[in-house]
Amino acid sequence: MKKLSSIILFLLIFTTVFAQQSAGVEMADTLRSSGKIYVVITTIAIVFIGIIIYLFSIDRRLKKLEK
Amino acid sequence: MKFIYQTWWKILAVVLVFYTLIAGLLFHVPTLPILHETIRNLYFHVPMWMAMFSVFFISVVFSIMYLNTGKEEYDLASVECVNTGMMFFVLGLVTGMMWAKYTWGEYWSNDPKQNSAAIAFLLYCAYVVLRNSIDEEQKRGKISSIYNIFAFPIMVVLIMVLPRMTDSLHPGNGGNPAFGKMDLDNRMRVVLYPAFIGWALIGVWIASIRYRIRLIEHKKNTIN
Repeated sequence: MKKLSSIILFLLIFTTVFAQQSAGVEMADTLRSSGKIYVVITTIAIVFIGIIIYLFSIDRRLKKLEK
Repeated sequence: MKFIYQTWWKILAVVLVFYTLIAGLLFHVPTLPILHETIRNLYFHVPMWMAMFSVFFISVVFSIMYLNTGKEEYDLASVECVNTGMMFFVLGLVTGMMWAKYTWGEYWSNDPKQNSAAIAFLLYCAYVVLRNSIDEEQKRGKISSIYNIFAFPIMVVLIMVLPRMTDSLHPGNGGNPAFGKMDLDNRMRVVLYPAFIGWALIGVWIASIRYRIRLIEHKKNTIN
């Protein structure tokens, strides 16, 4: 009887561990659902656009220099 | 060489990378333990290496063309491709170290992937040193071209092949698949592959600008 109860106990421990593993992966869902991720995206987009405009202006100056 | 003076592929590169910046942060990613949201780094860390491979490969093509024809411009193009590739190499290493700190626990854990990437970086540092140590132009062009042709496959073996034969923490090594079902589902490919093409084209663009500057400097030096 003791054996059986301990086996059941261990089985139950296993299920709790397993449940934690499957539900415990945290993602940044709250940040994204509250809409603040768009702030980050806008920042990145502005930085990227700035760099690209800079690259194009270098390109244009080079074209002038080559002529 | 007319290709580098056209604009359409530069705009294509910008559009592709711009799309991945937004989609990479918004689209669905698989929920995985340890990685969490850092899996989005895949869209920005791996394309650095793809851009590096692209410009290094183009550099090898120009080296072969230089050895065939002996035209100085090809040698200059090959050098500037390597210079641009080394910038992307550093970006890839640093972003990889950042990612490793929060997933593997250490910036540099002497992982086979990290170590052989560092060795490959030294390989290309040696290229730059070798090139700058020779004064005579034709000799410099020939020796550095031949070195470059041999360095490329060794770099590929160091980064892509050797770490896969041992145990490594990096995905795609020691029997754990990169781009397999575990760490990449089809919804991620929609962002990842455009990122590869976009960043590779941006790498080519930067290399082409450097090449054009180098060409002007070269012409100025030969006239004087």
